[in-house]
Amino acid sequence: MAKSDALQGSLDLLVLKILSRRPRLHGYAIMAAIASTSGEVLRAEEGSLYPALYRMEEAGLIRAEWIKKDSGRRARVYELTAAGKKQLGVEESRWESVSLAINRVLREA
Amino acid sequence: MTLSLWSRISNAVRGERLNREIEEELQSHIDEAIASGRDPKEAHRAFGSALGTREASHSIRAAGWLESLLTDVSFGWRQLCRNKVTSFAAVFSLALGIGSCVAAFRLIDALLWRPLPISNSSNLYVLSRKMTGFEGKPVEDGHWATPDFNLMRDAVKDQADLIAISDAERTDITWFTDDDMEKAHVVYVSGNMFPLFGLEPALGRLLAPADDRAPGASPYAVLSWDYWNHHFGRDPDVLGHSLHIGNQTFQIIGVGPRDFAGTEKGTVTDIFLPLGMNSFANQDSVDWHLTFLMLKPGVNPATAVEPLRQHLSAVHRAFEAECSKCFRGATQASIDRFLNQKLVFYPAGAGISDLQKDYRRYLGVLGLLAALVLLIACTNVANLMTAQAAARAQEMALRISIGAGRRRLVQLILVQSALLALLASVLGAFFAAWSGPFVLSLVNPPDNPARLALPADWRVLFFGFGLIILIVLWLGLLPALRASAVRPVAALKGGGDPHWPRRLMRGAIALQVAFCFLVLFLSSLFVASFQRLQNRPLGFSTDRLLLLETVAGKGQLPVVWNQTAEALRAVPGVNSVAISRWPLLGRIQINSDISINGAPPSPTPAFFLNVSPDWLSTMKISLVSGRDFRPEDTSPGAAIVNETFVKTFFPGQDPIGRSFERGANQPLNKVVGVIPDVPYHNLREPSRAVFYVPFAEINDKSAPRVVDFATFTIHTAQNPLALAGSFRQLIAQSHNGLRVSNITTQLDLVRDQTIRERLIAMLAAFFAAVALLLAGIGLYAVLNYSVLQRRREIGIRMAIGSTRAGIVRIVTLDVFQMIALGGCAGVALGFVAARYVQSLFYQVKATDADMIALPTCAMLLSALVATLPAVLRALRTDPIEILRSE
Repeated sequence: MAKSDALQGSLDLLVLKILSRRPRLHGYAIMAAIASTSGEVLRAEEGSLYPALYRMEEAGLIRAEWIKKDSGRRARVYELTAAGKKQLGVEESRWESVSLAINRVLREA
Repeated sequence: MTLSLWSRISNAVRGERLNREIEEELQSHIDEAIASGRDPKEAHRAFGSALGTREASHSIRAAGWLESLLTDVSFGWRQLCRNKVTSFAAVFSLALGIGSCVAAFRLIDALLWRPLPISNSSNLYVLSRKMTGFEGKPVEDGHWATPDFNLMRDAVKDQADLIAISDAERTDITWFTDDDMEKAHVVYVSGNMFPLFGLEPALGRLLAPADDRAPGASPYAVLSWDYWNHHFGRDPDVLGHSLHIGNQTFQIIGVGPRDFAGTEKGTVTDIFLPLGMNSFANQDSVDWHLTFLMLKPGVNPATAVEPLRQHLSAVHRAFEAECSKCFRGATQASIDRFLNQKLVFYPAGAGISDLQKDYRRYLGVLGLLAALVLLIACTNVANLMTAQAAARAQEMALRISIGAGRRRLVQLILVQSALLALLASVLGAFFAAWSGPFVLSLVNPPDNPARLALPADWRVLFFGFGLIILIVLWLGLLPALRASAVRPVAALKGGGDPHWPRRLMRGAIALQVAFCFLVLFLSSLFVASFQRLQNRPLGFSTDRLLLLETVAGKGQLPVVWNQTAEALRAVPGVNSVAISRWPLLGRIQINSDISINGAPPSPTPAFFLNVSPDWLSTMKISLVSGRDFRPEDTSPGAAIVNETFVKTFFPGQDPIGRSFERGANQPLNKVVGVIPDVPYHNLREPSRAVFYVPFAEINDKSAPRVVDFATFTIHTAQNPLALAGSFRQLIAQSHNGLRVSNITTQLDLVRDQTIRERLIAMLAAFFAAVALLLAGIGLYAVLNYSVLQRRREIGIRMAIGSTRAGIVRIVTLDVFQMIALGGCAGVALGFVAARYVQSLFYQVKATDADMIALPTCAMLLSALVATLPAVLRALRTDPIEILRSE
């Protein structure tokens, strides 16, 4: 079933990119980072962020671990794996070619 | 791609921990959001209602559990409502299966298992003896002579009590005048029965050991509560009334307890009389009542029963050896054979009756058929749920990835199957409440119905609940395991293993076909048995033959009987009238020793019947040779014999003019005619030697003997029962002491012979039809689902030029493989099952070719019909449309 593949692909890309710059973030921090760095334009919904995180974790692109926070609660933080770094390269170049292609269409059509 | 079974199970178990971790992480997310200034309500809402519920369950765990259950129930209900047709089919087929099973259980439990409502029923045994019968076959007899019983009772009185109870006999009872005669089930019991059973009177007193003191000394009767209720409207003034049986008068002294209807399951005893009041009670050679044994309190059954058995066996053997009259004229060999008896005990806490003996196997078959239909229905519904679960795989995956516990998913599925099962069991309860008594009403002839309490008490409820739990597990377990194995990534991507549900459903098809085949196979055996039994040639006519069973108090001379027959002949619409002592295929059969030329009696006795002249022509029985009786023929004197009699006693000779004696040194009977074998007592019986003697009997001084009962056989021009009333009146008005005690037709007597076979054939055919229908629906559903699933594949195949035949092949091949597999398993199961019930068949064998061919054809035909819609759907697939939509 092909559904909103582009959106899912870009969410993965955003998460991978943010984790490559700032490793060991928890879910909320990733969400906040997407919002702030995009100038509040992009928003990742909780309902799609966590499934995406679990999916990528299971696919071996990121790994997670529990850390203790100052409040006493535990938090689950994520970082890239080697495969994730590779995947980030692939996704970035694909995004570039796709956006290049789209830009060309917008210009010439 | 599929997870191993182990990881599925461990996922299901691990689920809760996993779930807690997810929850913790999401909680920390919410905390973080609130800390950074987000509105708490808004932060919660971001996760949707599912998590809201989950969060609430932390603070109030029990209430949360209940809430989640309620949510699941309402969700499951919505799911059922969404697929109305499927849900209705599922509930209806389950209800039929549950109802049949519960009804079968009620019958089996009430007849065979439920203990009698007496104290110490587990200490009650019945005595029987195994011996070699006349035809050299092993036979068993549970009837005992009273003098023998008395000896045995005294011999073991320290450890056990022996109780004598006769069979419930339908007897003519007179209350006030001769005109209000009616039938009631009368039982003779020893006086110790009521106290040993711990029974208390509802009114007056019950029989006591003192009532056994001397033969004929206690003319007292105890009514059963049921009879008192039906006949006297519980009138307490019934005490002191008298009732008459023959020329005996009994005074009513009491009414038994409410729930006690005697020890004979299937018959409600109406009147209890003391053992000593029956004239058989002082005869050494008449075995007429059952003997029960009740262990004394504190006696250990495990150690006491075998010594008791040996002790009683010795006492009984001594009695039989003493019994001089029993063996008059018999050869030593047959005496030895007779004495070689083995006494056995059977637990009798659930009562003892012929109905139990006759129906044990039939009810077993009935239970098996009902269970198989339920299994087929369950498999159907499980298939439906698997298909639904597969269709919901993505929903499941989403639920898991947003943190729904796997246990919660299993709960959701189990709740849904429980909803189905509960709805079905409500419907099924109604079906069982109707069908149990309905089947029971078909068990006996309509004029003497079987009566059995069928209470819906805790035993039935317990069975029903057990059944529902099994069904829920059977329905829900596989889809639930499947759900717990859902891997969110694969399913959300639209991958997953598409073959998994199909494989499972194909296995279910094979299972269903095997069960269905077994039901069809058994049914065709029973239906064929019944048809062959019903269509067996009788050798006599049953057309418009009315039978007036008539009694004459102390007896009337044959001339009076003949005058009555003459009066009946004068009634308009009567073709002919004849008299026999009792009808063919009725309840009575009497045999007699046969001795030829003064030799000792042969080991095989022959059965006999007294008939008047013209009885043969009225019954349309043709003569093979010789002549019919004439009015001047008497017994002893003349005889007509059947062909088996000739073969047995006059092999290779012309029997006409030869003579035989009924026992050594008895008067001679000269054979005047030979007739073909006609069934005498039982339609299933092998040919037996039968001789017919004149109705007019004379004693050794050549004086006519009185006859106390006989049957008028009347051939009428119209419907025989239309004239029954006027015949009864005519006989009553002639005031010659004759009275009609029962009216029936020869056709009904023949029909009564096949009641069991008819019942089981009818029920088996019903179950076969249901099984076939359900299996057809199951097949249709699975095939339809698989065609829908493989739409893409079929479209591509068509696009690249696959032929129609090729499409049909790929769609149906595996299903028909499953049918073949299931069919083979069904045949194997059928042979095993048929071995256990072989004795119920009549001239039918499991290995008969048509017995296998018939179910196979039915199965294949319904498979074709069921697969047709799916095949057409596959052929109508438009490849362009499919490829475009993807």
